[in-house]
Amino acid sequence: MTIPHLAARFITKSFAGVQALRKVSFDLNGGEVHAIIGENGAGKSTLIKIMTGAVKADSGEIAVSGRIVPEMDPATARALGIAAIYQQPSLFPDLTVAENIALALESGHPFRRVRWRERNQQASELLRRVGSGTDPRRRASSLSMPEQQMVEIAKAIGANARVLIMDEPTASLMHRETETLFGVIASLRREGVGIIYISHRLEEVSSIADRITVLRDGETVATFQRGEASRQQLIALIAGRTDVESFANRENRDGEVVLELRGLSSRGGLRDIHLALKAGEILGVAGLVGSGRTRLAKALFGLAPADSGDILLRGRSVCIGSPEDAIRLGIGYVPEDRRQHGIILEMPISANVSLANMKRVSRHGLLRASVEHHLAEEYRERLRIKASSVEADTSTLSGGNQQKVALARWLAIDPLVLILDEPTQGVDVGAKSEIHNLIVELASRGVAILMISSELEEIFAISDRIAVMHRGAIRGILPREQATQENILSLALEDRLA
Amino acid sequence: MRREMHRELPKELPAAVAIVALSGILALVAPGYFAAGNLRDLFLANAPILIVALGATVVILTGQIDISSGSAFAICSVAAGILAKTGLPAPVAALGACVVGIGLGALNGVLVAYLRIPSIIATLAAMVVLRDALRWSTEGAWIQDLPAAFQWFGFKQSGYPVFAFAVAAILVLAVAMAMRHLAAGRWVYATGSNSESARLAGIDTSLVTFASFAAAGAFTGLAAALNAVRFNQIPPNTGVGLELQVIAAVVVGGTAITGGRGTIVGTVLGVILLGAIGPALTFLGVSVYWERAIQGAIILAAVAVEAVRTGLERNERTLANQA
Repeated sequence: MTIPHLAARFITKSFAGVQALRKVSFDLNGGEVHAIIGENGAGKSTLIKIMTGAVKADSGEIAVSGRIVPEMDPATARALGIAAIYQQPSLFPDLTVAENIALALESGHPFRRVRWRERNQQASELLRRVGSGTDPRRRASSLSMPEQQMVEIAKAIGANARVLIMDEPTASLMHRETETLFGVIASLRREGVGIIYISHRLEEVSSIADRITVLRDGETVATFQRGEASRQQLIALIAGRTDVESFANRENRDGEVVLELRGLSSRGGLRDIHLALKAGEILGVAGLVGSGRTRLAKALFGLAPADSGDILLRGRSVCIGSPEDAIRLGIGYVPEDRRQHGIILEMPISANVSLANMKRVSRHGLLRASVEHHLAEEYRERLRIKASSVEADTSTLSGGNQQKVALARWLAIDPLVLILDEPTQGVDVGAKSEIHNLIVELASRGVAILMISSELEEIFAISDRIAVMHRGAIRGILPREQATQENILSLALEDRLA
Repeated sequence: MRREMHRELPKELPAAVAIVALSGILALVAPGYFAAGNLRDLFLANAPILIVALGATVVILTGQIDISSGSAFAICSVAAGILAKTGLPAPVAALGACVVGIGLGALNGVLVAYLRIPSIIATLAAMVVLRDALRWSTEGAWIQDLPAAFQWFGFKQSGYPVFAFAVAAILVLAVAMAMRHLAAGRWVYATGSNSESARLAGIDTSLVTFASFAAAGAFTGLAAALNAVRFNQIPPNTGVGLELQVIAAVVVGGTAITGGRGTIVGTVLGVILLGAIGPALTFLGVSVYWERAIQGAIILAAVAVEAVRTGLERNERTLANQA
């Protein structure tokens, strides 16, 4: 029996009470490509981070070449020959390629003499090995995405990596560049390097992986040898259970069309979006990270206006060039990452609630503190925001309550259309179902809701229809009754290899 | 949950405590400090700093900084003098100085808000360029022979301090109220706290930034005019180092240099503390050479308090995030 290069056994990890990994075991042999697949949030990134020492596991052990590593940290991982390449290359943009590579490889005292010629020679040697002709004296910022990716791989090889972890390495690559990368992977495999390959692209995975492990909700669901599982089987395993609670029977689902998009496209990545959203309807927007969902929200809210196509609001063509325009037209946007963009932590709840609609709490430009206070009180009661007072700083609230404040701000403008981007991200289970109830209640009052979410369960739970995005385009819109996790995932994952 | 109950101490508190302590010492050791004449001189010397600091507070609250105010102050002073010498009445000359100030502030505003040049760089450039442009155009000559009607703003010398005090008090009150009770004031705080969040709430953060620089320019112009009437000549090198006194006062008053937090009351306290300390040394029999050192120590203390506080908050926040 061969000893695996890397073995993780019974890894368990939880963040803030949320179980990210549950007794996950995984091993990687030399000269093998072992793919990990799973939904967003299935635990893939956490597993990688544990293997590279970026995050510590709560329990479980990691063994490298049969020897248990008691304390995995990034320096140890590097010394043991574990290297990782992430979706977004992490080169130092202002340093040259050679310097970037040298930083990963060289060590010594801070005042050692730098031998530039050797540095450059070593760099071009490594780049040649990965089939890249990039001049090592170029600055990293001048390289294209795939060139940067190759430099990352060169770094890993130079460090004599025995385990190479690649997280969505082809996400930013074109077809031909992908083939080059596969060539490099094949030659690394021949040299005995073990490769952990993470990707959403099932075709890719099926073509290069020797083994495939499926993760779902932090657990290993299955591991297959090459060719053992069909694409359909894999999708079914990624999706998992299909029974989810739902709010199927709701009044007011067939209002007039409030928002219509006709051929919306942008250089930023939206491709010919057609969509009609009715008053009182909840449209779930599914898709992988990077599929253009947030881009669509930004186009509708005037943050990144589309270059062509029409937006019609209640049948009238409108131009949305800035958030002010959007708000004036009755469009609200609860962004992803509320701590950074959704609310102002240093301000009291009341000021956060009134921020997008100061007219409502002022007369002749003069703020009326009591009106503002009452408005905030009203929403505090309606949304059951748990706080000692509406004058408390928002930073003192829990995540779920902060998200409710972000929602309250937009309810205060009486929106026609409300765009929600990952409305329950990082929110605990109780607050989550409260927020779901709120969204449904809003819809039953006639607000048209566009809800972006990476959680299929959430999408199933409250959407009336589900739009699936893929590479900037809407791949399909399914009524909830017809949607299954399988057909949504199959639309979201489908490859379009040229 | 309980944490919401105890609100944090006001950031103006350290400056207020220091003023009270200093007053206490002076009252015991050198009661002469509180003679009307001394207080009046103290006020007249610091009124320009106070008025410029009002505008600077707004700029700093939006998360920016203006280090060109000393140079702008000189240009506005000279402008007021030139206008006065053409025979225009003092209030019109003062208005002219304000307009010049608004123009200079607007220039900074365009550079920072619309061309996205970091404010420290844009206003550093403005500081140098404006100062040298003035030196070049006046060839270093003082504006002299100012008309008598310009002197003391047309008031008697004894009446002028009352007038100046009234103007300063009204301005302080107006700005303090505006920051608290106008939507525009809220926008300033929102922009300085988190400009991306503010933008997503539909606030035109560029306009807010631009307007705060322009407003600061107006205050600089007015301060320059009120200062110029006290002398019968205007040296073009007036206002050198003013920007540092102003920023120091704002910071000592508890306003976060990163924006979003701070009050006008704090700035008033900051100006009082830094302005009072120098003459106090004389009264206490300490060498005046210590003045700068002590002012420096006060600024350092204020910034240290701020740094410790934000450090603690950040820790709390990361803990909250992990929890």
